[in-house]
Amino acid sequence: MLIEELLEYAEKLRDRDKPGKHAIKVCSAAGCLSLKSDAVAEELKKKITEAGLEEECWVKPVGCLGLCSKGPLVTVDTDGKVYQEVKPTDAGRIIARAAEGVSKETDPFFTRQQKIVLENSGQVDPEKIQDYILRDGYLALNEVLELTPQEVIDEVTLSGLRGRGGAGYPTGLKWNTVAKTGNVGKYVICNADEGDPGAFMDRSVLEGDPHRVLEGMAIAAFAVGATEGFVYVRAEYPLAIKRLKNAIKQAERAGVLGKNIFGTTFSFAVEIRIGAGAFVCGEETALIASIEGRRGQPRPRPPYPAQVGLWGSPTLINNVETFANIAPIMRHGGEWYAAIGTEKSKGTKVFALAGKINNTGLIEVPMGTKLRDVIYDIGGGIPDGKKFKAVQTGGPSGGCIPEQFLDHPIDYESLGALGSIMGSGGMIIMDETSCMVDVAKYFLDFTKDESCGKCVPCRVGTVQLYSILDRITKGEGTMEDLDELDDLCDLVKNTSLCGLGQAAPNPVLSTIQYFRDEYVAHIIEKRCPAGVCKIHKGERKQKEEVMA
Amino acid sequence: MAALAAAGKKVKTFVIDGKDVSGTEDQTIIEVCRENNIEIPTLCYLDGLTEIGACRLCLVEVRGSNKLLPACVTKVQDNMEVVTSSDKLKNYRVKILELLFSERNHICSVCVSNGICELQNLAQRLGMTHVHYPYLFPKLEVDASHERFVLDNNRCILCTRCVRVCDEIEGAHTWDIMGRGIESMVITDLNKPWGESESCTSCGKCVAVCPTGALVEKYKNAVDKSFSYKKDKLKFLPYLTTMREVKNEQS
Ligand SMILES: Cc1cc2nc3c(=O)[nH]c(=O)nc-3n(C[C@H](O)[C@H](O)[C@H](O)COP(=O)(O)O)c2cc1C
Ligand code: SF4
Repeated sequence: MLIEELLEYAEKLRDRDKPGKHAIKVCSAAGCLSLKSDAVAEELKKKITEAGLEEECWVKPVGCLGLCSKGPLVTVDTDGKVYQEVKPTDAGRIIARAAEGVSKETDPFFTRQQKIVLENSGQVDPEKIQDYILRDGYLALNEVLELTPQEVIDEVTLSGLRGRGGAGYPTGLKWNTVAKTGNVGKYVICNADEGDPGAFMDRSVLEGDPHRVLEGMAIAAFAVGATEGFVYVRAEYPLAIKRLKNAIKQAERAGVLGKNIFGTTFSFAVEIRIGAGAFVCGEETALIASIEGRRGQPRPRPPYPAQVGLWGSPTLINNVETFANIAPIMRHGGEWYAAIGTEKSKGTKVFALAGKINNTGLIEVPMGTKLRDVIYDIGGGIPDGKKFKAVQTGGPSGGCIPEQFLDHPIDYESLGALGSIMGSGGMIIMDETSCMVDVAKYFLDFTKDESCGKCVPCRVGTVQLYSILDRITKGEGTMEDLDELDDLCDLVKNTSLCGLGQAAPNPVLSTIQYFRDEYVAHIIEKRCPAGVCKIHKGERKQKEEVMA
Repeated sequence: MAALAAAGKKVKTFVIDGKDVSGTEDQTIIEVCRENNIEIPTLCYLDGLTEIGACRLCLVEVRGSNKLLPACVTKVQDNMEVVTSSDKLKNYRVKILELLFSERNHICSVCVSNGICELQNLAQRLGMTHVHYPYLFPKLEVDASHERFVLDNNRCILCTRCVRVCDEIEGAHTWDIMGRGIESMVITDLNKPWGESESCTSCGKCVAVCPTGALVEKYKNAVDKSFSYKKDKLKFLPYLTTMREVKNEQS
């Protein structure tokens, strides 16, 4: 199919559905679905039929609208407003508003964001390729096929895009390495393992706009010279898997995936591989082992997957969000993208806000936005008049950032300098009722269970770290334990094989750095300042007396 | 090495601990160290098996790299400067050994491998005086179902030499790892008792390569006069290397 034919095809598909004038968009992502947004959609459809308004409005299921804590969310295209906590009984009112189309969205949660990755999310029906195509979908791929692979790579390099999977490695540079290595049988892998507790950016993108990711992968494949690709998704994301499967089938039928894409000699096939939900399988070499059917364990790098990857072939592996940035970069140009963000961190970043914050959900902001703006303007601040204590970024590999750094910009370097990391975009807000020792213990509990067990410092070191933290939270710690924590963190960080072990100490180190007084209170005063840890003073005294 | 160089492999010259050395491009730091009598402690490494870089004892400093690199998998490069035994490295190595001792139930005095155990030897050689991490004392199984051999998980350090030798040299792939993290365990045939294993050929290679007392032959121990592990092991290692060279030539 040529691009004109593709557009015609999409219009035909659209008209077949006989949509009314105004789309009433109901969020059908996992969060709103669990709040019964499907019942809202049913009621809306019923009411429309009852009122005979089929030509006026129609109900369209869309991907994540962002404000997950206030779902089910509904929006109407004539009026920018996002209706929150919609009940089936609100259906009549919403239909009436759809015809009028007046109000404008004023909630800073929506107005302060800038959407590139999520621009289609909440707009397109993720199960219909025609929706995506009619919003300039696969246009970039069509244009790319007229360029040389090197021109594509240069554009991505110019954009300054860095990997969104955690480490922030320059994407153009990675593509270049794969392009230059060997010339047959290369692979492109999309990493959708997303194992950080509390993070759901990648899930939302796959559920809300799967074609965007496929288009990004196809462009990447053309640039590096690959003909086969895999999306590695965790089994815990059944809806994402279903929509992705559906999207692949539709894309193949439309001729934008598979053999001779857009009538050219370029072919690219994508398959899905389902992971069993191990955090470590998000690490690229473990992920590759898992696809190959082996035990999901990392191996030392170098050689990097770009040189020796899947089945020994050069392999490009990027995160979901990284791929989702590619089509807009190719459509608007690298320079356009590079103008957004900071000097070293370009573009926007999607974050999953969670914890003690009013607006939990999914947001997208330009790099360089201040932490304070995200938490107070977009996030709506801390509920119940409580005091902010810290924001945790980067999940189990990140750290806790206290109040005094809230005016720092969000970018790879600044977060790193504060002892945390950008990570994949999880952001957990804690208030005065959170105990920082307990938080560190929580993350170590996670990493010790998720350690693959291959290398000694991570396998045993995380367990020993956890047991020291456990002791401290029980009021049985000593000041020597604090030194021991420092020492053991240093060992685990510097001698572990993969990123899981190397970053596992971060939650401990950052909480000791910024909240040492809380550790000391547990140890010396046998007291948990936040009132989280249960310390039985009486019991302990008795024990000491018996010992004496 | 001279012969290899003649076979078209590039020779790299570099420095290890201040000493000028050379190796071919496909050699690792550890191979060149062993050729030059520079000692680097190892546990998971065994010449003849695929290197996995897991025990982390062979970590070395390489100038220009901000990370410590495992000598067993790091290929040599021209002009690289390697340090194999700084105070920092020695300190890390002792702590890694301590972590290993704290992990399971290593009670040397009642171990059949007392005196010929690589873990015990390393602890002595590297000057480990005590274990300052609390012992975890896990409750673990002993599998004595095989007619000739015993697996004692209490003494296993998860180096996976048995897994690799069984797969790569014997071709049986009886051994594998089950579980993850601290719960990892070596198993035979999808966790069936070893004695019931259908794939095991009873060749004993796994026993020969085990660095500790986790895999041993029944009715034999280190003080037994007729005991021949040490000798057998020394005989076995060149065999491994030869096997691998044969395999490399074939591929
Ligand atoms: C323990 C661990 C877990 C990881 N999990 C993920 C993940 O869930 N998703 C992801 O994209 N990258 C993850 N990564 C990073 C990948 O190894 C890899 O760097 C990334 O997929 C590269 O893509 P990018 O360049 O687009 O960021 C993980 C790394 C480690 C060490
Ligand atoms: S650091 Fe942890 S997860 Fe990574 S290889 Fe070592 S044991 Fe496995």
